[in-house]
Amino acid sequence: HLATSLPLPSERDHLRPRIDLIAFMIDIKSKYSLKNVEASLAHVDASFFLGKVCFLVTGVGRVNYCSVEMNAIWKLGEVYCSPVLFCELELEGIRVATAQRLLRMLQICAGHVPGVSALSFSSLMRSSADE
Amino acid sequence: MDETVAEYIRRTVLKIPRDEIKTMLQKWGFLSETQLQTINFHQIKENISQDVVQLCEENSANIKQAAVLDIIYNHIYPNKRMWSVYQMNKRGEETEIFDLTDFKKKFKRRLRSALKNVTINFREYEDNAIWIRIAWGTPYTKPNQYKASYVVYHSQTPYIFISASMLRSNLPLLCQALVVASNYHDIREMELRSHSLNSLKDIVFKRYSQNFQTYCPRPLQERNVAPESADLRIIHENKSEKERIQRVNQEVFGDGPQPKLEFAQYKLETMFKSDPKIDVLDKKEPFRCLVKFSSPHLLESLKSLAPAGLADAPLSPLLTCIPQKARNYFKIREKKGLFPGSFVSP
Repeated sequence: HLATSLPLPSERDHLRPRIDLIAFMIDIKSKYSLKNVEASLAHVDASFFLGKVCFLVTGVGRVNYCSVEMNAIWKLGEVYCSPVLFCELELEGIRVATAQRLLRMLQICAGHVPGVSALSFSSLMRSSADE
Repeated sequence: MDETVAEYIRRTVLKIPRDEIKTMLQKWGFLSETQLQTINFHQIKENISQDVVQLCEENSANIKQAAVLDIIYNHIYPNKRMWSVYQMNKRGEETEIFDLTDFKKKFKRRLRSALKNVTINFREYEDNAIWIRIAWGTPYTKPNQYKASYVVYHSQTPYIFISASMLRSNLPLLCQALVVASNYHDIREMELRSHSLNSLKDIVFKRYSQNFQTYCPRPLQERNVAPESADLRIIHENKSEKERIQRVNQEVFGDGPQPKLEFAQYKLETMFKSDPKIDVLDKKEPFRCLVKFSSPHLLESLKSLAPAGLADAPLSPLLTCIPQKARNYFKIREKKGLFPGSFVSP
């Protein structure tokens, strides 16, 4: 499900399945995109932050056009205890690899991978990022 | 043939892209077909231009004939110049039949009476457009052919497009000559400038697709959001919002391509409104500020802002009124009176 912001429109509530993973996309070229994500985060139930939220930062290939500061993004990941992924949508290889990563995370969050829970996976990802 | 004419022809030919040189020389018609056959158009431009100059030497070209090639070049590549738009006014309602010879005669006479050293060329095109090329000199110097001004006048309209590139001091003289020659009363500069001559024409002749107010009680059900993916597994949660944005955008911008402008400039002369606790200015003076929007294609980029999620729809009328008001330079002053706000001044 693609949405431009949260909360989701209520008229579609009855058509929506269970949400297993929320990926917030931040375009590093747009401050507006970061603001939008920050505003939308307020509408997310706390239980999602136990491994079912991740931040996907796009547009990292174009260094000259960075509008959003890396510190702000790291801070966001820390405050909301969620992993931060980086990708460049314009390059097919990276796009496909990122999609595969997200798919794997989704499988874990949906409970399809026995022995690994969303929470344990996210804490795994966080501790490796800290190193 | 004069040295300066030879050099001018050489430099003009060098400006032309190599594949276009032959056609342009044919349009010029100064060199005969047999002469053109002798030129090898596959060599480097330097050599082509030398060959052309050689042949022009044989035909003893003068500066007026060389200037015609320059007009042809600028008519095909007008977007290399910056154009301003002027509007003329008639005093009464009398519509006189336009006489081209009379126009040319009056124009030349007016200019020459003030300035002896000018090179004036006229060229008419099918769409009723009259192109005038003027090279300016001073009472003591010959005209500078490299800084010529161009005027495009559609005789059935009161609009004149000028690409100056000359001393501002000659502009009033040029305007005067145009007014006198075309039997108008006065002329004023519109706040409209762009590199794209055709787009300027589209705006003032109202040739772009405008948003006609149609009464539409219900949003058109058939309207599809631009098909992003045929994949039915992707569900767009904000589909109705996207449709609303498309509808609003279409109402404002119309369906067709937008005229091409490169910038819009807003000069603010409004009071600075801040938190009274943060006393930025101790004097109650208008805060002078200039806001400039630039883009390779400003109106198309404004049109795509809301669908791209970068701005809310509808956009500010200050941005969307540009084609209707036929201006891209604005002065915004404080509205005096009971309702403080801002209004756009002429």
